[in-house]
Amino acid sequence: MTRPRAPLEPEDPRQEVTGDPARELVSAVLLVAAAVAAAGFVAAYLLSGDTQLMGLAIGAGFVLLGLALIVFAAGLAGEGRAVEERPLPEPVQPSAGEIVTAPASAITRRRLLAGAAGLAGASLGATAIVPLASLGPAPALGRSAWREGRRLVDDAGRPVKAEIMETGSFLTAFPEGASKEALGSPLIVVRIAPSMLNPPPGREDWAVDGILAFSKICTHAGCAVAMLRYPLFPDREPGPALVCPCHYSTFDVTRAGEVLFGPAGRQLPQLPLRLRADGTLEAAGPMSGPVGPAAGGVDW
Amino acid sequence: MIDRLVDAVDERTGRSRLVRKALRYVFPDHWSFLLGEIALYSFVVLVATGIYLALFFEPSLTRHAYQGSYTPLQGREVSEAYRSTLDLSFHVKAGLLMRQTHHWAALVFIAAILCHLLRILLTGAFRRPREPNHLIGGAMLSLAILEGFAGYSLPDDLLSGMGLAIAYSVALSVPVVGERLGPLLWSGEYPGSGVIESRLYLLHVLIIPLILAGLIAIHLMMIALLKHTQFAGPGRTERNVVGTRLWPGYALRSLGLMAVVAGVLLLLGGLVQINPVWQYGPYDVAAASNGVQPDWYMGWLIGALRLMPAVEPTVLGVTVPNPFFGGVLFPAVAFGVLFAWPFLDRMVSRDRSPHHLLERPRDAPVRTAAVLGFATWVIVPFLAGASDRIFVSFDVGYELQVTVMRVAWVVAPAVVFLIALRVCRRLRSSGERPLRGWDGTVLERSESGGFRPRAGRE
Repeated sequence: MTRPRAPLEPEDPRQEVTGDPARELVSAVLLVAAAVAAAGFVAAYLLSGDTQLMGLAIGAGFVLLGLALIVFAAGLAGEGRAVEERPLPEPVQPSAGEIVTAPASAITRRRLLAGAAGLAGASLGATAIVPLASLGPAPALGRSAWREGRRLVDDAGRPVKAEIMETGSFLTAFPEGASKEALGSPLIVVRIAPSMLNPPPGREDWAVDGILAFSKICTHAGCAVAMLRYPLFPDREPGPALVCPCHYSTFDVTRAGEVLFGPAGRQLPQLPLRLRADGTLEAAGPMSGPVGPAAGGVDW
Repeated sequence: MIDRLVDAVDERTGRSRLVRKALRYVFPDHWSFLLGEIALYSFVVLVATGIYLALFFEPSLTRHAYQGSYTPLQGREVSEAYRSTLDLSFHVKAGLLMRQTHHWAALVFIAAILCHLLRILLTGAFRRPREPNHLIGGAMLSLAILEGFAGYSLPDDLLSGMGLAIAYSVALSVPVVGERLGPLLWSGEYPGSGVIESRLYLLHVLIIPLILAGLIAIHLMMIALLKHTQFAGPGRTERNVVGTRLWPGYALRSLGLMAVVAGVLLLLGGLVQINPVWQYGPYDVAAASNGVQPDWYMGWLIGALRLMPAVEPTVLGVTVPNPFFGGVLFPAVAFGVLFAWPFLDRMVSRDRSPHHLLERPRDAPVRTAAVLGFATWVIVPFLAGASDRIFVSFDVGYELQVTVMRVAWVVAPAVVFLIALRVCRRLRSSGERPLRGWDGTVLERSESGGFRPRAGRE
């Protein structure tokens, strides 16, 4: 059904596409294989739904299709070595006349206009920033629900008993009756050998039999401090420390959560503990400092 | 058949010269020109698989007790986002295949962009008149990283939450405005009101993909307007392009590449597990694990946060929190240098003329050394981002790793710069081609103790 028409130019896209017969055969085989693989995907989808099987079938189908196209294209007659001109403008050189007549530096009308436009743009841009002030004062950050007398409870809301903690272990606790999700809530409670304690002045009675509590939120970037390094051989190994898994901020358990290593700029806030008559733990006061990552512009 | 197809296209485009010209467009034949295409085709796979996922994913942080089929989590409080991710992985046929393919495609997308970028930097393809396209490419890289981060932050698993906690802290650390910026984005102090999920979702499925698609279109259009660059060679000049025409040869090959990229990504998605969020568990602020590793393209930022010494200086009465340095300043400087590269290159080389022929890396020793030095400056913190893996594989403690890498961060770029400079200069003057097999001379020791070239081999 070819209509008669004028002979084609040598580079007309309507040139007949002729390939290498051997490669065409290979392509055909690959295409059939691709079809089989695709049919395999449909069958796997309908019959089993197995992820590996489906992935294998449809992935193989696409790869085979691609190979068929590439093998076919590589065998095309007269391919390669096409040359195309790059339409380039001649580099513009200012003529001698232009150079001579160009004003050296003067406030031309054009420059005045450009300057005025810049000024207008800058002040209009400022109007887009000013409304941000209506966002109001920043919320108070770093607060926590911990108060004197508030009990420590576990994930399920049961009070934490001091006796369940073995030396060298830690657990996560929350304030009774307050949100578990607030940044100021989670505590990491650690028990170390009382002989290791080295508290700074004023914190001598913040531990209960070697049990100490710190905010679980890293003061560096807000991750949960979820690792305890505890020495098996205290003479030869570094002392007990809390380590944040995100960026390795390392806080001294024996001494007020001071930073031993890593990027944190502030010690981990500590919560003073005391024992109730029923053997459960409660806060003996508020957190020693604001909880969570530092904010730019806030002086902590 | 092709004849009739071309006639049909001709008829419907009014025998446009533009279409005719486009079909005759010549692509240079060099493998390194395919890296950008791999990125493009990964993007196609991302859009296709992403649409499928959007049919089943529910971007909400409302929490319910989990009642699904994954028994280890039975009864745990999980968000709708997390539950729907599990459901589309376990209950929707081909859902897990699509989700894993989507994730793999994102990893390959950014890797391909970076390889493409290295090709551009090392061969001087960014030079005049292609600076605008370099800027667009850099913008796409930054958007791709943001898009990837927004994507893996959506399922509200442990990895998502830990990443977002760090992102919040980084936003909070910006001097002066940080105190407002963090709570503004999260609507309150972290973890906020839950609105972050819909904001990330909007960003991930609409805003960034739309901008990316627009930038891709401009990127390709500008390539076509100026035509491709090419390496120097016989018959290749500044004023022509030698290679394969779009129709039929290049189109078929490129479609073949698209199918292969899609196929490999689907094979990975089907056979190689990635981001098993059910193993990580749902997120809450008290949970963290170092068994959870973020996507590779976040490694340089995590490493920078790790390597920064514990300083929080007060400048003019404003305290600068530590995450600012690794999380804001470092990527800002890195992208600043990247964007400024064509202009820095022009300043150093004093070459302002337009170029369409590429330079081999060795032929521009200073540029090549600078690129490799700059890359090293980004790769050292990337290694620090893999510290957990290095510890597991080689049993090197994190303190030693961080201490060594802090020094390397400063020293290694200079060392790499000097070595690369020397290697390039020697290669250029000797004309050796070490990557193309042996072409030197074998010496033989003679009986009298002297040396002579071995016979029969040049």
